[in-house]
Amino acid sequence: MAQPRVLVLDVPEPPGDQDQEPSPYEESEVHDSFHQLIQEQSQLAAQEELELQQRQLVAGALGPPGSGHQTLVGPGGAPVHSTATLRILASMPSRTIGRSRGAIISQYYNRTVKLRRRGSRPLLGNVMRSARPSLRLYDLELDPATLEEDEKRSLLVKELQGLSVAQRDHMLRGMPLNLAEKRCLREKSQVQRGKWRGPQDRAGVFSCCSRLRYACILALHSLGLAVLSGLHAARPWRYALKQIGGQFGSSVLSYFLFLKTLLAFNALLLLPPLAFLVGVQAAFPPEPPGPAPAFTGLELLTGGGCFTHTVMYYGYYSNTTLNQPCVPPRHGDQCSPRASSLPYSMPLAYLFTMGAAFFITCITLVYSMSHAFGESYRVGSTKGVHAITVFCSWDYKVTEKRASRLQQDNLRTQLKELLAEWQLHRSPRSLCGRLRRVATLGLAWLLCLGTMLGCSVAVFVFSEVMIQSPVSAGQEVRLLALPLVVSLLNLGAPYLFRGLAALEGHESPGLEVYVAICRNLILKMAILGILCYHWLGRRVATLQGQCWEDFVGQELYRFLVMDFLFALLDTLFGELVWRLISERKLKRRRKPEFDIARNVLDLIYGQTLTWLGVLFSPLLPAVQVLRLLLLFLVKKASLMANCQAPRRPWLASHMSTVFLTLLCFPSFLGAAIFLCYAVWQVKPSSTCGPFRTLDTMYEAGRVWVRHLERAGPGASWVPWLHRYLVESTFFLFLASALLLAIIYLNIQVVKGQRKVISLLKEQIRNEGEDKIFLINRLHSIYERKERSRAGRNEEATMSPALHADRRDTW
Amino acid sequence: MGNKQTIFTHEQLEAYQDNPFRQRIAQVFSQAGDGHMTLDDFLDMFSVMSEMAPRDLKAYYAFKIYDFNDDDYICAGDLEQTVTKLTRGELSAEEVSLVCEKVLDEADGDHDGRLSLEDFQNMILRAPDFLSTFHIRI
Repeated sequence: MAQPRVLVLDVPEPPGDQDQEPSPYEESEVHDSFHQLIQEQSQLAAQEELELQQRQLVAGALGPPGSGHQTLVGPGGAPVHSTATLRILASMPSRTIGRSRGAIISQYYNRTVKLRRRGSRPLLGNVMRSARPSLRLYDLELDPATLEEDEKRSLLVKELQGLSVAQRDHMLRGMPLNLAEKRCLREKSQVQRGKWRGPQDRAGVFSCCSRLRYACILALHSLGLAVLSGLHAARPWRYALKQIGGQFGSSVLSYFLFLKTLLAFNALLLLPPLAFLVGVQAAFPPEPPGPAPAFTGLELLTGGGCFTHTVMYYGYYSNTTLNQPCVPPRHGDQCSPRASSLPYSMPLAYLFTMGAAFFITCITLVYSMSHAFGESYRVGSTKGVHAITVFCSWDYKVTEKRASRLQQDNLRTQLKELLAEWQLHRSPRSLCGRLRRVATLGLAWLLCLGTMLGCSVAVFVFSEVMIQSPVSAGQEVRLLALPLVVSLLNLGAPYLFRGLAALEGHESPGLEVYVAICRNLILKMAILGILCYHWLGRRVATLQGQCWEDFVGQELYRFLVMDFLFALLDTLFGELVWRLISERKLKRRRKPEFDIARNVLDLIYGQTLTWLGVLFSPLLPAVQVLRLLLLFLVKKASLMANCQAPRRPWLASHMSTVFLTLLCFPSFLGAAIFLCYAVWQVKPSSTCGPFRTLDTMYEAGRVWVRHLERAGPGASWVPWLHRYLVESTFFLFLASALLLAIIYLNIQVVKGQRKVISLLKEQIRNEGEDKIFLINRLHSIYERKERSRAGRNEEATMSPALHADRRDTW
Repeated sequence: MGNKQTIFTHEQLEAYQDNPFRQRIAQVFSQAGDGHMTLDDFLDMFSVMSEMAPRDLKAYYAFKIYDFNDDDYICAGDLEQTVTKLTRGELSAEEVSLVCEKVLDEADGDHDGRLSLEDFQNMILRAPDFLSTFHIRI
């Protein structure tokens, strides 16, 4: 038999006894048993051969030796391993997780070295994810001699000092060591800061200037820390959100977090108009057209009356250049501008401010949507739903006993539903059942679409009726009729949809939620579409000679206020009264559920109205901010008093992404289309506003560009830019083609990555089979060794007798 | 926790103690492994369960929490214990074993009948919710 190849591993001999049962806690046993094993195997093989020869000599062929082939023992049948096998298994690298701090330190040392060598962030594929210390790396990077933990630590510290501060923090944050260790490592790796030592080394004592400088730097540093911690503590509604999360879980919390996000968006939208339009126009107020009407309470609802000729609406803004009071002495002469004046062209400012505000909102929205999408979507995230349910759905935020019981009930229901769904897949329905299912679904969808069509037609007819009967000055209450009708429809139709959904009886609760959101969304978008046509198509035509922009701005204000009132009413009746009824009359102990989907869609609807109206009423985002603040307080109070968390499972992170996507796509896109149409195609009214004398609002920009062209060659790149990039369509085609090409390439890359993932999975499976095979082989080798040892002992006791026999038989 | 009171009655404390994994959390984060935490261990725990902790760190500690017998693998017994604690024992034994079987089917990459740390981390990668649920708000 050929000499078995001995693998030389430079690992030290184990110090301890070989017969003891090792515990996974003993760090010194790591990595050394392979060497031992292979030596033993080669010795064993040699011994076996010898024994075989001996046996053949003594007693002839005893029979075939133990079979060298091992069948793969599956993991199901728990094999009884010998103590030696168990000892080896106990020191496998994957078993040393969390036990060996030294292993973690050496692992991170290796990672830091790699990071430093690469000089930049390592690619995703190269970053090792597990804390498992690898045998191979252990050999390559460190000395063969066993390093004490302190030495390993000092090596790691040295490597950390070579990294940049951000990389060092990132590395330290990810280490699974306890805080004291991390603090110690960070302190040690921060000590070597050359420039701090400079003056001290040179002079021996601190000079006066450097003392002052250090004092300033320290003061600034502590001020910065104080500001940061103050900001952190002053986060709005921090305690309220914690309370809600503790009692109701992440899903209800996601609604309130979405509300906070919308507040931020509106604050962002409010700032440019406030700074560039409202402030400036308030400093240079135009002539009032007549005596201002007295304040009655009705203005808060209708937005008209004494609010009409204020900064709140489009009509107040002048169409001239402010801060350049100029009365030309003769016709055709230029005015001589005063030295200290800054001419401020209001039409231009209006156009650019609105455009800039929308552009900033668009960028912020797209960025947060893509960020949320990146966080929540994963390749292959739809598979593995059982594992994810078991490990990732317990919400550690929930602290109250009642809420935690509820969570356990929810999980139980969810697991039961998953099992039921799986069993349904296994036993598919009969043809009759499927036909019936399709018929029910078709009928439900037909009814829904019919309801939506009916609602849209009702809104259209009612708006035509409102146009036919013009409202005189004293009867402004009648203007509230259209908002009232729309809000009633928006309130009633979702209940109808919920009833239809109960009739349909979906098995998968996630699908039910998505279908409900879809239906409500289509209804709202249809109604808003009809209203947009009503305003920009019909009202503009009928209000010729008057200020139609003011009217549209006031309409949107009315819609916002009415929507808010109906939300309050819905909270009152849908939650408070329903809870009282169900407790007193129906004697049910379940409180009404907080309907997240419907509430979120209401928020999105309100935000769409704000975006539609901001062109005609620059202060509308302020109204929306006020509305959102009040809504938060009311909803929170009602939630605490009357509701319970929804029973259906809710993937909080997916839902946040869905909310942001809905905010971006139907809502913001629709508002942007409305805005573009209003700016490019509609003729502004000739009696009010900053664009009185122009054909379209966009013409203000064109006029300015032509003015720049005439002014001279100084700023000629602006007209050139305007002509070749904005007005020509070639550039737009090029940009779209480029975008499509990038999207296609990304799709192909994702497909390729999917293929790689499935190949790697196959490889892992094969490695697992190899591992099982090797373990079984180990076990058989040790078993044979035990047997042969027992056999040898027997022979040793037997052989004197045998010799005695032989002597006797001689 | 409330910020208005300094003394908690027994009933109030009971109301805050209904996490089924509370003993495991204490055991995992205490240095001695017996559930008694020093201040450093306490800070450690809140640092790992905060918003800023990276995903891999959280996955590492979650793995240790769910590994009831501390053998560095989540085997079928550990899974059964987890599911029982999650549902307060209200699923039948057959359902529990069915769920465990499906979990192993889905998450076990090398098919050795138990979940190693890599399997667990791979599964966590596919679950974006994990960061928001494995989180205690202060």
